[in-house]
Amino acid sequence: MPTDTVSPPGRGGRSPDHYVAPIEDTPLQAVDSVKVDAKVSSLWADAWRAMRARPLFWFSSVMILFIAFVGIFPQLFTNELPNDNCLLANSNGGPTAGHPMGFTKQGCDVFARVIYGAQASLTVGVVATVVVVLIGVVLGAVAGFYGGFSDGLISRATDIFFAIPFVLGAIVLLSVFQGPSNAIIVALILSLFGWPQTARITRGAVLEARGADYVTASIALGVTRFKVLLKHVLPNAIAPVIVVATVSLGIFIVAEATLSYLGVGLPPSVMSWGNDIAQAQVSIRTAPMTLFYPAAALSLTVLSFLMLGDVVRDALDPKERAR
Amino acid sequence: MLWFIGRRLLQMIPVFFGATFLIYFMVFALPGDPILALFGEKTPSPAVVEQLRAQYHLDQPFIVQYLLYLKSLVTFDLGNSFSGRPIADVMAKAFPVTLRLATLAVLFEAVAGITVGLISGLRKGKFFDSSALVVSLLLISIPTFVIGFVLQYVFAVQLGWTKATVGPQAGWSELVLPAIVLASVSFAYIIRLTRTSISENMGADYVRTASSKGLTRGRVVRVHVLRNSLIPVVTFIGADFGALMVGAIVTEGIFNIPGVGGTVFQAIKQGQGPTVVSFVAVFVIIFMVANLLVDLLYAVLDPRIRYAN
Repeated sequence: MPTDTVSPPGRGGRSPDHYVAPIEDTPLQAVDSVKVDAKVSSLWADAWRAMRARPLFWFSSVMILFIAFVGIFPQLFTNELPNDNCLLANSNGGPTAGHPMGFTKQGCDVFARVIYGAQASLTVGVVATVVVVLIGVVLGAVAGFYGGFSDGLISRATDIFFAIPFVLGAIVLLSVFQGPSNAIIVALILSLFGWPQTARITRGAVLEARGADYVTASIALGVTRFKVLLKHVLPNAIAPVIVVATVSLGIFIVAEATLSYLGVGLPPSVMSWGNDIAQAQVSIRTAPMTLFYPAAALSLTVLSFLMLGDVVRDALDPKERAR
Repeated sequence: MLWFIGRRLLQMIPVFFGATFLIYFMVFALPGDPILALFGEKTPSPAVVEQLRAQYHLDQPFIVQYLLYLKSLVTFDLGNSFSGRPIADVMAKAFPVTLRLATLAVLFEAVAGITVGLISGLRKGKFFDSSALVVSLLLISIPTFVIGFVLQYVFAVQLGWTKATVGPQAGWSELVLPAIVLASVSFAYIIRLTRTSISENMGADYVRTASSKGLTRGRVVRVHVLRNSLIPVVTFIGADFGALMVGAIVTEGIFNIPGVGGTVFQAIKQGQGPTVVSFVAVFVIIFMVANLLVDLLYAVLDPRIRYAN
């Protein structure tokens, strides 16, 4: 006998019509069965689907690819060599045919310098980020996964390096550094003080992933702990690291510009947006455009990485996606 | 609570020794002549080199050197700058100026950042929110010194609303524009942080309860949401001291402010390594103390931390 409605007892005669599904109508098999041949929807596949749908993702990644291309093949974009044909007669000159952005105080072509400046800034950003992620992930994973003494040691070291703001540390080290400086050296020095954040984030994520049942299960099955760390824990803990790495790539580029502006970063002989902005500063009243173009190039690059970081974070955060 | 403070103070001890040791090691124990390295390209006079060697006790064993250096840091006996004035004196004159600048900056970033972040968080996805997000991203991606040049050029040179460089007195009114420049990046971060925090808390159960009690939306936001959302923001402002000090070097350099940052800026430009190193070491100590205070404040604001142990 099917009962479609139930009246709650003792509610003063009100009987709201609650629909109760008859049990025998719901095929149990359909609920419990698992589609074995269905495509596995991993975090990464979900994230990719979420990102693909956002115009911001395409905009920022196309920008980044384009800037990387400019950095690798600058000669494809301009016939001028940035340091040749600098005529003081052109000093702070406005745009002319073939020189769309005018000339610097030294009379060099601004457009060529902006194009060739991409390389140094990108090198610093990419190298510093790669090194920071390597150091941070290895130390954070060891600390979070093995715990005990190694955790204590690594966490204290992280605290110590974290206590020194990374631009301040870089200023000290670069101002006593002897010998020729270049983009790689600046990047390495920035990453020396930049890794603690990544290490802390990795440690937290690894700690969380370590407690999961599938980790306990694999250890119970006899998989070695190192293999568990590599195959099960790290892939599930890496998402927040990727987000931070994307954003910090941009932050490192800004840091390099700041150091170059202070005069301890890249030497003036290296062409970089930071150096060009610093040199254009003296003529901001007469030729503001010589400052504007390298600054705009730098900011657009950093902005692209920040936006990509935002998109990736939204995509990798299941909480965010559920909304 | 006492237990928490005690534990936190104990944790700070290795960090303090480690960080000061690290700076000392970088400067004085890496290969090469440390005193000559401090001068970069320049060649100092033999008398200066002699005096610095004595000041940093370079004839003693390394660990003794470090301990003596630590003593000089703690007692603020930091040696002399190039002009012959004791660095501690220079600092005593410069600090009040930087303190004024930092106070204005923190005030600006807190008030403006929280206001914009609050409106954004309450209107997530609307026009105001999207434009605030874009502006905050732009502020983070433009280097502080470029923002500084542009604002200085527009407001001081073109419009003449304020002076382009700050005089030796560095009064409050002169410091408004530099403070806004100094606060710009943190302002952007606070917008984003407040926005996330507010929009997260708006969906919380206690907010629904408060609304269903019949409270007006304004009261729910003010009394319930804002209070809980501000905890991460307050801690961010405290932890931001490190960035603020780096920013002060750049900002005080641009506006020629006679503060601590401006002194470091001049010292870097003139290749005065010893002055730079002494000042940065003091910066790091300030940063550590600020972080400690923030952690304690966190415990006061968030009872969960207090009672966790």
